[in-house]
Amino acid sequence: MRLEPIEAPGVARRVLPPALAIVATFVVAAVLAMIAGGDPLRVFGEIVKGAVGSKFALLETLNRATPLIFTGLAVAVAFRAKLWNIGAEAQLYAGAVVTVVLGTGALTLPAPVLLPLIGVAAALAGALVLLVPAILKTRFGVDEVVTTLLFNFIFLLFVSYLLEGPLKDPMGMGWPKSPRLIDEARLPRIVEGLRLHWGFALALIAAVAVWVIQTRTTLGFEMRAVGQNAEAARFAGMPVMSVILKTALLSGGLAALAGFSEVSGLKGSLTLDLSPGYGYTGIVVAMLALLHPLGVVVAALFVAAIFVGADSMSRAVGVPTYLADIMLATALLLMVLAILLTKFRVRRD
Amino acid sequence: MEGAGPAQPVLRLTDITKHFGPVVANDGVSFDLHRGEVIALLGENGAGKTTLMNILFGQYTADAGYVELFGERLPPGRPRAALDAGVGMVHQHFTLAGNLTVWENIVLGVDGLTAPSLRPAKAKARIRDLSERFHLKVDPEVRVGSLTVGERQRVEILKALYRDAKILILDEPTAVLTPQETDALFATLRQAVAQGLSVVFISHKLHEVLAIASRVVVLRHGRLVAERETKGATREELAALMVGAEVTAPSFEPTVPGPVLLSLKNVTTTGEGRATGLRDVSLDLRAGQITGLAGVSGNGQGALSDLIAGLDSPASGEMWLAGALPRHWSPRTAIAEGIARIPEDRHHTGTIADFNLVENAVLETYRTTYSTGGWMNWTDARRFAGDLIDKYDVRCPSRNIRIRLLSGGNMQKLILGRVLEGEPRIILANQPVRGLDIGAVNYVHGQLAEARARGAAVLLISEDLDEIQRLSDVIHVISEGRLSPAFARGTMKPEELGAWMAGHGFKETTHAA
Repeated sequence: MRLEPIEAPGVARRVLPPALAIVATFVVAAVLAMIAGGDPLRVFGEIVKGAVGSKFALLETLNRATPLIFTGLAVAVAFRAKLWNIGAEAQLYAGAVVTVVLGTGALTLPAPVLLPLIGVAAALAGALVLLVPAILKTRFGVDEVVTTLLFNFIFLLFVSYLLEGPLKDPMGMGWPKSPRLIDEARLPRIVEGLRLHWGFALALIAAVAVWVIQTRTTLGFEMRAVGQNAEAARFAGMPVMSVILKTALLSGGLAALAGFSEVSGLKGSLTLDLSPGYGYTGIVVAMLALLHPLGVVVAALFVAAIFVGADSMSRAVGVPTYLADIMLATALLLMVLAILLTKFRVRRD
Repeated sequence: MEGAGPAQPVLRLTDITKHFGPVVANDGVSFDLHRGEVIALLGENGAGKTTLMNILFGQYTADAGYVELFGERLPPGRPRAALDAGVGMVHQHFTLAGNLTVWENIVLGVDGLTAPSLRPAKAKARIRDLSERFHLKVDPEVRVGSLTVGERQRVEILKALYRDAKILILDEPTAVLTPQETDALFATLRQAVAQGLSVVFISHKLHEVLAIASRVVVLRHGRLVAERETKGATREELAALMVGAEVTAPSFEPTVPGPVLLSLKNVTTTGEGRATGLRDVSLDLRAGQITGLAGVSGNGQGALSDLIAGLDSPASGEMWLAGALPRHWSPRTAIAEGIARIPEDRHHTGTIADFNLVENAVLETYRTTYSTGGWMNWTDARRFAGDLIDKYDVRCPSRNIRIRLLSGGNMQKLILGRVLEGEPRIILANQPVRGLDIGAVNYVHGQLAEARARGAAVLLISEDLDEIQRLSDVIHVISEGRLSPAFARGTMKPEELGAWMAGHGFKETTHAA
């Protein structure tokens, strides 16, 4: 068996494999649901109902998608330039820590001034967190997969220390939890009375902004060129190292905005369970989106819907929520395979 | 011998047809190879030579047709079948392990180095015997890593002979050889043929085909268009058969050279990432003159090209540009200084494969010309790409397709257009026609001739001595990073240049200087 590249794939060749991947994902999930004792159709029905079946469910899905859009964009931007940022989790927490430091009364300014200030500061913190591995990569050739991945654990332990020490809420009954943000530092809700906050709108704006940067600016042109072929980019006179560093700043900043948005828009304070792995799920989101910034929005909504839907399905049917993780993992693996099949055909000789 | 009578062909291809999607790679190709015969398989890139050989070796299965070896049909799709039947292939890129000795490399694929049946002394004796019989001088005990390219090729041929190959297939064997080494190879092949072997010689160098082959088989667009004796054939005829039309090469009238535009003074480089750096190289590139750099590949051509392209800086010595020392030497400075760079590897250095023609067209000028304040000006970029496509005859369905879908010749035309539109003062052309068909070769050479007439200084780097001698006003030979003196057009015979390529002559000049 071997793979033969297809020079100019037709429409069927480009659409069919990804469609089959999604179908196959649901088949796998159906089998597992049956093994777990549920009726597959009912399981899927409950997931859909739980994700988009009511106004509450829909808003919950949008809220859940918000951090995933940010981390998905962070990963997509970096991967596009072949900067393998596995550290969105640490960058997210860096943004969250800065939000808490500046938003719990250290600065007292009116909200229209304070919120942008905190947002920018949070993004800068995330950018700096990724800048260090990026410099190590460009200067000394240190593999950023290792450094960014391992830095996640270091930073999470650092946050744990902060929550037990300097940032611990004195009124928190001893729980490792930060004080609550002041009202001026909270992202307001988009519509009064509904649980959806402005972080979601910010995420959509970020996605469009990234898309514009990638397609319309010289920096975007350079980032794509460096990612596709750094040797040719260097030969053409592009400043490859500086492009990688700028990419790191953008990627880290986007991931940090996820932390800012979660603390300021949703939770109001920082705990160690702020992110159930949004940084890692961002990789799944970005891959499902084929690294396209607008695709990230769609993929994040899809992933959020499955998670939110699975929660409520689990309550209704009794099939464990792990089904959601399995569905995502299956979808990702099959999607990677499907993308391969859009570009190559399998030969059996 | 294997039941093959004198009249029966040792190799017979019958109606071989192979499609890749809509592309026909081979279309009903049939020919015979007889015992003790050298045939040349001639054709431009993409004519289907490689596909045909891959079918013979079972890498591909033919859609129709079959291969017979010594009168027996070869089972399709079985890579070992042809090897076992006595066909040996010497690839353009060698498949030797540098850290093993010659005899180990030869035995490797046959017995395996750890097989209990292995008798080193016997194997070495056999290799010595073979190398004597076929004039393939090489010491079995030497490590392959320390051999020259020509010697490595001998090892490859010995490998095939050790396996009792009756048919030798040589894919572009002379691309890496000096003229002297080529002569030695031809002597070996004549010896082999005299002893009853048969040879398929794949090449596009017409004078070599005429020198070694008795018959030539010409492929064009996958079809066998001609099969004839080489006796009485001329290069022009063969070229016309290959291309399907009369070919006229551009001519180079003598010009009066202008001032020195680029000058290297005793430059040494580390040759970062390359096998060979430059050693004390001094070189002048003059306006209105093509300077040819001859040499066997890997002797510092890459290092010189990197230096002028802006990818490397002198470790010692100086590089002067139009009478000034440039500061912060980088690709961007080189472009700003008006140096047009045609890189050796157009697929990986010159273009970005998954970028479309527009993006590739502005790869070097996006900052200076096709953007304002950090915003790309795609309308202008698209117009520029369209102009290049028209003016430089880039054949493509649309400027929005990825450049990887273009043929090598069309890709090269786009690169050529991209760098020549800036009216460069200096042109660095590193292997500008390698792998191109004759039409594209003449186009590229014509463009270089025009640039020369316009007053540009051209540095032409090539491993094809024929090309160098035809185009260059001045020739230097590079060997192990050292540069020979300048030889004016027509003052050196190929053999004399070949001696320099092999490294002779350098010591004497150092003493004299």
